[in-house]
Amino acid sequence: MPHIVINGTPHQADEKTTVAAALMNLGITSRTSVSGQPRNPLCGMGICFECRVTIDGIAYQRGCQVEVREGMEVSTDAI
Amino acid sequence: MRYDAIIIGAGPAGLAAARAAKHAGKQTLIIDDNHGPGGQIWRGRDGIELKGVDRRFSTQITDLNFSATQIILATGARELFLPFPGWTLPHVLGAGGLQAMAKQGLNVQGKSVVIAGSGPLLLAVASNLKKAGADITLIAEQAPWSSLLHFGSQLLRWPSKLTQALQLFNINYTPNLWPIEAKPGEVLMSNGKTYPCNYLACAFGLLPNLELARLANCKIENGFVKVNRHQQTSVQGIYAVGELTGIGGLEKAEAEGEAAGAGTATLGNHQDFVKLLTRTFKLRDELKQLAQPDTILCRCEDIPFSRTTQCSSMREAKLQTRCGMGPCQGRICGPILEQLYGWPSDSVRQPLYPVPLKSLIQS
Amino acid sequence: MTSDVLILGGGIVGAACARAFLKQGLKVTIIERELIGGGATAAGMGHIVVMDDSEAQFALTKRSRDLWDQLVPELPSSVEFERRGTLWVAADQQEFNAVSPKLSYYNSRHVSAQLLSAQTLYDAEPHLREGFAGGFLVPDDSVIYAPCAAAWLAQGANIIQADVKTIDDGKVTLAIGEQHKAANLIIASGHYVTQLFSTIPVKPRKGHLAITDRYPGQVRHQLIELGYLKSAHGDSTESVAFNVQPRKTGQLLIGSSRQFGADHSAVEPHMISKMLARAAQYLPNILNMSIIRTWTGFRAATTDKLPLVGRYRNADRTWLATGHEGLGITTAMATAELLTHLIAKTKAPIDPTPYLPERFPQCRT
Ligand SMILES: Cc1cc2nc3c(=O)[nH]c(=O)nc-3n(C[C@H](O)[C@H](O)[C@H](O)COP(=O)(O)OP(=O)(O)OC[C@H]3O[C@@H](n4cnc5c(N)ncnc54)[C@H](O)[C@@H]3O)c2cc1C
Ligand SMILES: Cc1cc2nc3c(=O)[nH]c(=O)nc-3n(C[C@H](O)[C@H](O)[C@H](O)COP(=O)(O)OP(=O)(O)OC[C@H]3O[C@@H](n4cnc5c(N)ncnc54)[C@H](O)[C@@H]3O)c2cc1C
Ligand code: FES
Repeated sequence: MPHIVINGTPHQADEKTTVAAALMNLGITSRTSVSGQPRNPLCGMGICFECRVTIDGIAYQRGCQVEVREGMEVSTDAI
Repeated sequence: MRYDAIIIGAGPAGLAAARAAKHAGKQTLIIDDNHGPGGQIWRGRDGIELKGVDRRFSTQITDLNFSATQIILATGARELFLPFPGWTLPHVLGAGGLQAMAKQGLNVQGKSVVIAGSGPLLLAVASNLKKAGADITLIAEQAPWSSLLHFGSQLLRWPSKLTQALQLFNINYTPNLWPIEAKPGEVLMSNGKTYPCNYLACAFGLLPNLELARLANCKIENGFVKVNRHQQTSVQGIYAVGELTGIGGLEKAEAEGEAAGAGTATLGNHQDFVKLLTRTFKLRDELKQLAQPDTILCRCEDIPFSRTTQCSSMREAKLQTRCGMGPCQGRICGPILEQLYGWPSDSVRQPLYPVPLKSLIQS
Repeated sequence: MTSDVLILGGGIVGAACARAFLKQGLKVTIIERELIGGGATAAGMGHIVVMDDSEAQFALTKRSRDLWDQLVPELPSSVEFERRGTLWVAADQQEFNAVSPKLSYYNSRHVSAQLLSAQTLYDAEPHLREGFAGGFLVPDDSVIYAPCAAAWLAQGANIIQADVKTIDDGKVTLAIGEQHKAANLIIASGHYVTQLFSTIPVKPRKGHLAITDRYPGQVRHQLIELGYLKSAHGDSTESVAFNVQPRKTGQLLIGSSRQFGADHSAVEPHMISKMLARAAQYLPNILNMSIIRTWTGFRAATTDKLPLVGRYRNADRTWLATGHEGLGITTAMATAELLTHLIAKTKAPIDPTPYLPERFPQCRT
């Protein structure tokens, strides 16, 4: 089971799980909208961009398109 | 490397096209933005056969800057969402959306799910989520009984689809019912009842992903790519297969893919089934009146319904309110505005998806 | 409905004219075939900037900036006005040496400006690549979102959505056959003006822009390379320059390119590539940023880099307001003011002579 760090806190996620699914499993919403609302994935297939998070320092990546990897650092801070 | 056939999209249509092209002796490449082949239906399935076909996964095409004798667009469909109060809450996902999340590792074991919206996908989603351990408490189809009964009687013409429909049938399936407002942990439906749920999985049908076809200047007619019997679009060398040419499901997608890959004419009366689906699951007008002034239409930019009411075109809404200017580039709110106001879609521009700046710098 | 002033074109220039005449209590009609603020105005950067290519350009941009500043208390938030200031970056010592004369030029004409040492440059913009010689800061320049500004300026005018087919002796004929006439006709149709008057000496000059997702705080000023004027005012068929604007949304708008002779509006990957590579030489951080859209627009260029503002061919009541090249968002305000004075035959705050169309023989008779 890969170890990942989300917003500075270590977690474990299941193999073959995307970042978006891992966040939902942990009850962490994927982003805060431009007017401050918490948002979760909508489409699950790379269209809606509601799942975008910062992965290993690169902002605005779609969590539903990226599988978790050992040591990955995810942040949900960016708008 | 110069290819005879490049296929974009590795769902059923693209896969059938790739195999047929390879079989016809073409040097073939298939590209998809997912980690592997399968598209929406077979996402994550093991053992999909693609011998002799070059493949590139996790690759998103944002521009048509390559050439091949034949380019086959098989970019599939996405869900249509309609705005109602609360549809942006974290427990509200698409119907196919929740299913896709479950296939990519979301644990739905023991979660209660209300499925709502329209189309045959609702039942398929219910069946898959149930297998994954979810508790499906309601499947609300907005279409009336009369349409569905007519649909059922017509299905006799397509025995395999009838069998499939019977297998999927679910006791909680309720026609003539649609969502009015989602609130944390529940949803108020049009029958006045509130249903508690961990997830509301809601979508109102499917829409073709036309962006690449538009970028290639392919002729679009009534919302779909116009093709001839050989699946060729109005642009020489560019073919379109699957949902791009009409929402018609698996058999149509495979038949069209195979024809395009092999260079033959498509067999079967698939367009009849497309028409039947469209007629059966036509959206009722009440659905277009659910949004309240403060209901968000553009989720990227948080633009409420009230700000769009003074506009008279998609472009005006975009320029004056920022509706559709965010990273999804109007993929979600564009079709909503089209449903609410009848405005045709805006132009497309590369990059079709946001890309890292450095990828736009040529070496 | 009869109007006192008929304006052809609802870009920023036509909209600014509408407001100026409405303020005089006149009835104004705008004829626009597409959308208010939808032409070049929707493609531009919205940088309000004082520029010193010539004395006349300086006077026009300075007066315009002052007029924009007077509007600030009234501007709705959709116009996204921000006083960002322009920071001109000196790539090397040679460019830096040219800053001192520039500084005295601005200051002697009452435009505040500062010279930035390398140290103060990096304090102001920490994400610039290391090794630049310094900069030149014009703190009162600003940024707006032009399509909403145009819609706001045009408020109160009667708007006819129609395509103008011909103009003859002050009479406007629409594609649908209708005719319109007014005491004064203003032609503010941007680079499209040659569709109606093929001899008017403006040429379309294509520009590309790219916009990023939101990265608030990465860039604070509108950043431009001091070499920009070479690109903007040279005549080469293709050039790019570093020009980055922070938007109120936190996005970065990245320019800019200039091309003569391009006859289609499609985005050209080689131009985007050149332009972004140039920008990344100044701001390496942007390489990992996400670009969400690219687009193009056409500037209406004249050979002497000044607009055409004034009477067209001695026609009594037909006036031109076009040819603003890459500065029309800025100079729309002073253009409108000049026209009100030319029409009323009163003295304008700046000398109108350098902008009169009659300086070109094609616009005389
Ligand atoms: C300050 C500023 C900030 C912006 N921020 C954003 C942003 O955050 N996100 C964003 O998405 N956009 C943004 N934009 C861009 C803006 O919305 C439009 O994209 C811009 O007006 C021009 O874009 P476009 O050329 O793609 O044309 P569009 O606005 O899409 O319109 C182009 C017109 O040309 C036609 N056309 C399309 N293709 C062709 C062709 N090949 N040949 C001929 N005609 C064609 C179309 O039918 C349409 O009428 C911003 C613009 C400005 C000025
Ligand atoms: C890439 C780029 C960046 C720029 N950046 C800046 C900047 O930072 N600062 C700045 O000050 N300027 C900038 N500019 C320049 C600025 O955008 C233009 O000078 C300005 O928008 C011109 O405004 P306009 O009203 O003359 O023309 P337009 O905005 O083009 O308006 C003309 C209008 O007339 C209408 N029209 C034309 N013909 C007809 C007809 N026959 N019938 C009916 N309607 C008609 C058109 O539909 C259009 O709406 C930039 C330009 C570009 C291309
Ligand atoms: S959930 Fe829609 S893009 Fe990832």
